[in-house]
Amino acid sequence: MLNFILKRLGLAVLVALTVSAISFSLLFMAGDPAAALAGEQATDVDIEAIRRLYGFDRPMIVQYWEWLSRALQGDFGESYYFRLPVADLIMERLSITMTLGVCGISFALLTAVPLGVVAAIRPNSLIDRFALFLSVMGQAMPSFWFGLMMIVVFSIQLNWLPPSGTKTWVHFIMPTIVLGYYAMPAIMRLTRAGMLDVLGSDYIRTARAKGAGEGRVLFKHALRNAIIPVVSLAAVQMGFMLGGSIVVESIFALHGAGYLAWESIGRNDLPTVQALILVFSMFYIVFTFLSDVLNAWLDPRIRVA
Amino acid sequence: MSEPVLSVRNLRLDIPIGAGTLHAVRGIDFDLDRGETLCIVGESGSGKSLTSLAIMDLLGKRIERKADKLVFDGTDLTKAGARKMRALRGDRMAMIFQEPMTSLNPAYTIGDQLMEALLLHRKVGKAEARRRAVELLEKVGITGAERRLSQYPHQLSGGLRQRVMIAMALMCEPELIIADEPTTALDVTIQAQILRLLVDLTREMNVAMILITHDLGVVARVADKVAVMYAGELVEAGTAKKVFDAPMHPYTRGLLRCIPVPGKTERGSELGSIPGIVPSLVGEVSGCVFRTRCEEATEACRGEIPFRESADGRHNFRCVHEAGRRAGVEEPA
Ligand SMILES: Nc1ncnc2c1ncn2[C@@H]1O[C@H](COP(=O)(O)OP(=O)(O)OP(=O)(O)O)[C@@H](O)[C@H]1O
Ligand code: SF4
Ligand SMILES: [Mg+2]
Repeated sequence: MLNFILKRLGLAVLVALTVSAISFSLLFMAGDPAAALAGEQATDVDIEAIRRLYGFDRPMIVQYWEWLSRALQGDFGESYYFRLPVADLIMERLSITMTLGVCGISFALLTAVPLGVVAAIRPNSLIDRFALFLSVMGQAMPSFWFGLMMIVVFSIQLNWLPPSGTKTWVHFIMPTIVLGYYAMPAIMRLTRAGMLDVLGSDYIRTARAKGAGEGRVLFKHALRNAIIPVVSLAAVQMGFMLGGSIVVESIFALHGAGYLAWESIGRNDLPTVQALILVFSMFYIVFTFLSDVLNAWLDPRIRVA
Repeated sequence: MSEPVLSVRNLRLDIPIGAGTLHAVRGIDFDLDRGETLCIVGESGSGKSLTSLAIMDLLGKRIERKADKLVFDGTDLTKAGARKMRALRGDRMAMIFQEPMTSLNPAYTIGDQLMEALLLHRKVGKAEARRRAVELLEKVGITGAERRLSQYPHQLSGGLRQRVMIAMALMCEPELIIADEPTTALDVTIQAQILRLLVDLTREMNVAMILITHDLGVVARVADKVAVMYAGELVEAGTAKKVFDAPMHPYTRGLLRCIPVPGKTERGSELGSIPGIVPSLVGEVSGCVFRTRCEEATEACRGEIPFRESADGRHNFRCVHEAGRRAGVEEPA
């Protein structure tokens, strides 16, 4: 187990380094950063001065090293737009993104797992078809369209839910559904497929032969095995959601990290964009690693070698 | 004589498939006394597993079970509901399957799974269940039983897992154990050990056993009674001695062409192969299903086939010919 975790950890660190290099080089791919900073009316001399001031004239590797070691200490530089430390800016916005992510994945799990289990117990039944319909819809509808439709129906026409903002938990209802619905189809189908597979297995027949009741067979013997891949999928999805809530946050004007990213791209605020890309990637890497660990911990065949 | 522990009359199993119905099992009759071992033999697909699952009521909803009589230990199984069957399964009747590698739940320890068998049926505490689990692991010849309890199935070899399955089947001291090819999936070198263990323990604990096997050598050594199945029918049944000494049905004779003799028969001699194909069992099945391969077949074999019972009921077979041979044809020297 320890060996397994160390291997995965090493892999995660390698991926993180690669991502950091890419997000660092972003600053230069977007054009001359000194020119961008100096503004349109700047003369060549001004630009040269800014280049030296910000250290853009030094070798790339040195700049990267400096940037990385500062980033590791939580210093991502200063936002071009807000003239505030990027780290503070992000920290402030992250709690909204995290809340949304946790609500979204919970919503997805709480709807997808029961639906997947019932669909597997009664394949081709009405409820199975309904689950399939929901999952196809979830995959076909882009989040922005679904979000806008929700606003049209529940905010504008019915006036039940606020269309934007983060003041109360009611404000989070629609964003949670839109974000969660994005993760639901995959979780539902993996639960269904896993349960169907496990329910046909020999050890389920053994459990029945022992005299175990249906509830016990389903939940103790079957779900325990079918849920293992679902848990790790959910962890990966969670990583996606924290980084991928840009669309949902923009639609519902939730001022989270995703919304900040959207704004910062528009304002050419490169240090902020750079840091956000790094943070979102780290979420993804951390949750993928967590998913591997959870998987190993839930499956004795990996845990107990 | 006391009541048989299991009494089966005219057991039929129908499986709806597409347009028609597969009459997978059509007429099984036998009695099994306490502590007796019945071996069921027959080609692959002859309905042996279906028959055993039907007794345990583990067939699933799709397969329809009918029987004139299906009485186990005083309980009419044709009338027993799901709750009654659950109470019997694992307690009074237990089953051992062919695949030890996949028959144990990978997510739980050996101890959990053994103890569950007892805890489901007896009002005992965890400690008592644990004690019983250790006792049975020792009984099936597993060393370091205490330590094994906390191990997972994947940490055990196939032979050990099948020993665990045997221990699990015996947890509640059942009246009947059904073992469906319990050694087929195991290494040849340990097949004999596991079988010996099963036979010894069922004898010692006076448990009746239905043993499904392809190995006629095994049948010759362990069976009290033999049932021969062909294409879903019981074609011959009787005490092992009678069936081996004087097989009546042409199919049984085909199987025993290289007649196994107790003690002398080589282990692993497979069922003799008889040329020809099995007819479709979808839709109405009439006449003798063996007639496409039978050396003794006549026109009459297309009609009604009588089930011939011996005077004492201890040797029965299904054939138009009174002695299982065409009249006037002498047995080849
Ligand atoms: N669920 C099912 N649906 C359709 N047909 C089935 C089903 N279960 C069994 N059968 C068919 O019923 C027949 C009897 O199957 P069964 O498993 O009882 O054979 P068997 O005698 O145990 O064979 P083997 O020696 O290979 O284990 C086979 O032809 C099989 O294809
Ligand atoms: S009934 Fe006819 S076909 Fe069937 S076993 Fe007897 S002789 Fe052969
Ligand atoms: Mg079988």
